[in-house]
This record gives sequence, structure tokens and C-alpha cells, in this order.
Amino acid sequence: MVIYLDNNATTRVDPDVLEAMLPYLSDLYGNPSSMHSFGGQVGAAIQDARVQVADLFGVEDTEIIFNSCGSEGNNTAIHAALAAQPEKRHIVTTAVEHPAILNVCKHLEKKGYTVTYLSVDRRGQLDLMEVEAAMTGGTALVTTMYANNETGVIFPVEQIGAIAKEYGATFHVDAVQAVGKVPIHLQNSTIDMLTLSGHKLHAPKGVGALYVRRGFRFRPFLLGGHQERGRRAGTHNVPSIIGLGKAADLAHQHLANIDQERQLRDWLERQLLERIPDCEVNGGGTTRLPNTTNIGFKYIEGEAILFMLNQQEICASSGSACTSGSLDPSHVLTAMGLPYTILHGSIRFSLSRFTTEAEIQQVLAVMPGIVEKLRAISPFNHDESDWLQGRDLAYSA
Amino acid sequence: MWDYSEKVLDLFYNPVNQGAIVDPNEPDIAVVYGEVGSIACGDALRLHLKIQESVDTILDAQFQTFGCTSAIASSSALTEIIKGKTLDQALNITNQDIAQYLGGLPEAKMHCSVMGQEALEAAIFKYRGIEVEQHDDDEGHLVCECYGITEPKIRRVIIENDLTTVEQVTNYVKAGGGCGSCLASIEDTLLEVQRERAAVPERVAAEMANAAPLTPIQKINRIQQVLDEEIRPILVADGGDVELFDVDGDRVQVSLKGACGDCASSTSTVKYAIEAKLREQVLPTLIVEEVTV
Repeated sequence: MVIYLDNNATTRVDPDVLEAMLPYLSDLYGNPSSMHSFGGQVGAAIQDARVQVADLFGVEDTEIIFNSCGSEGNNTAIHAALAAQPEKRHIVTTAVEHPAILNVCKHLEKKGYTVTYLSVDRRGQLDLMEVEAAMTGGTALVTTMYANNETGVIFPVEQIGAIAKEYGATFHVDAVQAVGKVPIHLQNSTIDMLTLSGHKLHAPKGVGALYVRRGFRFRPFLLGGHQERGRRAGTHNVPSIIGLGKAADLAHQHLANIDQERQLRDWLERQLLERIPDCEVNGGGTTRLPNTTNIGFKYIEGEAILFMLNQQEICASSGSACTSGSLDPSHVLTAMGLPYTILHGSIRFSLSRFTTEAEIQQVLAVMPGIVEKLRAISPFNHDESDWLQGRDLAYSA
Repeated sequence: MWDYSEKVLDLFYNPVNQGAIVDPNEPDIAVVYGEVGSIACGDALRLHLKIQESVDTILDAQFQTFGCTSAIASSSALTEIIKGKTLDQALNITNQDIAQYLGGLPEAKMHCSVMGQEALEAAIFKYRGIEVEQHDDDEGHLVCECYGITEPKIRRVIIENDLTTVEQVTNYVKAGGGCGSCLASIEDTLLEVQRERAAVPERVAAEMANAAPLTPIQKINRIQQVLDEEIRPILVADGGDVELFDVDGDRVQVSLKGACGDCASSTSTVKYAIEAKLREQVLPTLIVEEVTV
């Protein structure tokens, strides 16, 4: 049986979610926008799902717009924020955002916008003074993630939002990794828009939602039909939206037991550090998601670790260059200023409510052997290795 | 997930020849290692060779690798390929040979096989006392600043692997894989190589068509002239010399003298340099052979 510890990449569809979806893949195939009750009953189910998602954040159902994924949510939010204040041409974001934010920002730079990429410290945390210093009267948008996908580090979003409000900027939060893992209350929040993605919380892939605060002058990204009150055109992905509603409901319930997940994660982390020399937790010194641990195993390369784990049917992920398709190691870990010795050998384990103690036990049983085997092959075994002498190990892009 | 061949996975999970070689301090046995890469690059290989000096042959090879699945498998494959080979035979091994031994590598991982070939070259050059800094690859215009890749190296990899796109160059030597500012320069080099390659058959054809074939005496005279004017001055400056021994059809026999003749790498380096020059200046079909007088 596969041990799945890559829940920040995607999650399994909860069996209850699947069950809720099934009728909408067979008998209940009507179009929710149709003017007959066969379609209308589907429209009512979508409305229920909207309420379920809204309840997770304590907001009005009209503030939820269903869409296709996190990337769409992020693109839409940035587009909407810039359209709301077209005279302002400055964006503030962070160096560790998901590509669905970073690449949009890079694109906008070519279109004449100015973007400030806030730095993070060795723990992966932002400096609020730097946020404040970055703001200008021309800042249209501040967009930061709620929690980082690679390290799980949580940003102080309400404090960032307060600064954004002070300067009259729109505040968007990419909460794709945080939703369902930490309680998020949006009723008295500084957040104007918030992105979530279904497949990170046990709904299927290809569905997401964007929260847009009531009163925000929202302009749609995808134009066409009148779906979602004219804010997102396109026939509803009905089964997936029903699934997302159910998943939001289950996540809401699960938040009460999230400490169990945290305890399992903490146990995994403590035991790995105890059993394996020369490793450390990336982002360990600050607030993190309860399900994520990112550990740097010095002197070895992450992809090799993943393939060794894969042989044991354990799924994890790595920020190493070799896994990325590009040739550079993770932009998140490099932004944290980690030395090369750790950078290439970082492994992320991300748990879910389905993770069991026995699974963690199995990881603990095999991991020390894997690290030992790869270190035996590596020409660098310790910081005093002759090959490492006289070299600057700090990353410089 | 990378689509690795069975062989890659097998050599990764069960690597052979991993480790270092301890110098036994025996007569006729030399132990040397060559390195390529660094921890900053994300992959690094230290290749250890045990060489029997009297026969110029690799008795044993071991590797130490910091890198991904295919880097470890490529290193292990390399050690298997080169055991028992003479140094000259080993120098003829290309990264393609390594990739082939592995049953192929994903395009984006071809640089792992290049790393193996380079470490081998580094080890042999070190043994032969050739400064690696003087290797062609390290000279010339730096194209990719992120990974320190020069134009001659990009050129060589393009030619050896028949590369046709910039993406392939990045996959093979990493150049352009960092900030990407050099992608246009890589494209220029690619186009230049393609133009040159297209020009060679044309030139040969033109020569065949235009000039009547050289008479044996014309051929010998022109070879002698090129040797005297273009090659010998360089060799003499380094304390060596070359003498034309015989010309038999397209086979040009030369004897190398002085510092060059004593140098163990003379055959593989000087011979090719002379051959290239003669092919360019006299006849594209010439083959240079070294004779000992």
C-alpha cells in the first residue's frame, strides 16, 4: 500500500466527497442555469455547495465565486485588483509565492507595472517593516500567500492586510495551502480576495473558488455567460463544485481535530532529527501549517532521496533542482538563504487527515538507511570534506 | 516523474564501484582522480582511476557522486565501461556511450552523462600532467554565467550530439538553464554550427569539381608546406617538432619529436590537431598517423 505524504501536491478525494458527487455524474446532469426544474435542482445543489464553502470562512455565500483552480483564482484576483484602481501601477508580493502569482507578476512587469518582491529570512518569514517600506501611494495590490506550499510557513496576513489598507491597496491572499489546515475567518478580515483550490482539501482536481469581499468592485477575468452573477463565465463544473462543497464541510469538521495531525507531523520531524545526523527543519523557527515538514538532509541530493523512498512506496517531494524541470533549486529555499549543502537535499513530507501512525513509523524505519546509503556514495560527507573547502556555500542567484 | 530506464534504476538502487581507491604504492600502479561539478551546481562527481602505467590501462575505476538518480547511475555505468580500457580508448568514450549503456536517459538528464565523460577526461588529463585549465572547454568566451559554460564547450556538445535546439543544449550542458539571459547566444552558436556543417560538404564538392585531383607530388608538397608554415612553429615553441615521414594515398605518416614525442598524450592531442589542419588546408579526406622512427 502506498504511503502518501505529498498532500501539499494534491490530496485523495474523500470517499464522502465522491459519494456526494456521483449523482451529478449520472442522473442529475441538468444545467444549473436552465429554466426547468430538472436543471433547477442542480442549481439548488450548487447553491448549497456555495453555502458550505462560505461557512468555512464565516462569510456570505454571494462572496464565493466558483472557478477551475488556484491558478485561475490568483490570475483573476490580480487582474481584478489592477482593474479596480487602474491609475495605480505598483504591486507588492513576496519572493516565495507560487508560480501562479510570480509568473503573473513577471508578465505584468513587462506591461509596465512595478513589482516589489518582499524577501524572507532564514526561517522563511516576512519582515512587516519591509512590507511597510515597500508601500507607496501607487500600490494597487498587495498579494501574499497565507502559508507556503514548500515549508508550511504561515505569514501574518492580517497584519500585512492592515498595512495594505493604510495605503489604500487591495489585499489578496493565496490560501491554497492553508484552507482546511488552519481556521480562517474572513468576516472582520483585512483580506479583500482569497484563493482556494479543491484538490488540496480532498475535493477533486479542476475546481476552486475565489472569495471576493462584498463591496469590492470586481471585474471578471473570464467573460461570457452570466454564471456566478456575471463574475465568472462558463458552464458550472457541477460534480466538482458539489464535491468542493462537501469537502469544505468535512474540512470544517476536521479543523477541530487538526492537533492530531500536528502531533503526527511533530513526531515524524523530531524522530528524523534524532535518528539522522546533519539535517535540519527548513522554516522550523516560526509558525507553520500543522501538516508540513521540510527537512534538509545535508550532502545528498533530493531527487535521489525521492527515488529511494519511491522504491519503498513512500511519496514525498523535494525542492531540488533535479525535480523541478528547470535547473535551479527551489526559489523558496534559495530565498531563505539556505546553504547549498542543505538546498539540494531538502525533502517535504506533507500529511493529511488520512495519515496514520503506522505510516509515519514506516518512514522512520527506512529514512535513516536511505540517507546513509546516499551519503556513502557522496564525495561530501561533512562540512570538513576536502572538496567543500575554500568554497562559498551561500547561494547566490 | 522521470521516465528512467530499467538499467538506470538498477544502477541507482544497486550501484557498482562506489567509493574511492586507496593508492597501494606499488610499482607500475598509479591512482588518480578527476572531478567535475560542485555542490553549488547540484551535482558533482569524483572519479577514481587505478592505472597500470606500463600498458596505459585502467585496472579499476570507482566513483563518488553527489547528485540525482541519473547522476549516480551514469557514474556507475562509466566505471563499468572504462575498466580494462587503455587511456586512449577511454578518451574516445563520449557521453552518448554512457547514455547508451544506460538504455537511454531523459533529455533533461543528458547532462549527467556529460558529467561522466568530463570527469573521465579530467582524471586522465591529470594523470598525463595536462593542466585541466588548458582544456579547450575552459578557454573562450563565457556564454552561460550561471553555470560557467563557455562557447567552445557548447559548440563541442552540439557537434557530438547532433543537437538542433536551444532546449537540447540546456538539457545536455545546463547552459541557459539558470537566468536564461544567454539563450539567444546559444541560439547564435547553434545556427553558426549548422551553417558550418552545411558548408563542409559543399566545400568538399566544390574542391572535387573545381580542381583536378592533386598529383602525389603536389599533395606531398602542400602537406609539407602546411606543416612548415602552420604547425611546426607552434610545436617548436613548445620544445617539440614534427617531421613528414611518408604519404601513402590519403594516409599521412608523421613522426613527433622532442617534448611532444615524449608526452604520453601526443597521439590523441597533437595528431588530431595536425589532421584537422591538413584536412582544412589540403584535402578533407586525409588521415594522420604517427610513426616512430
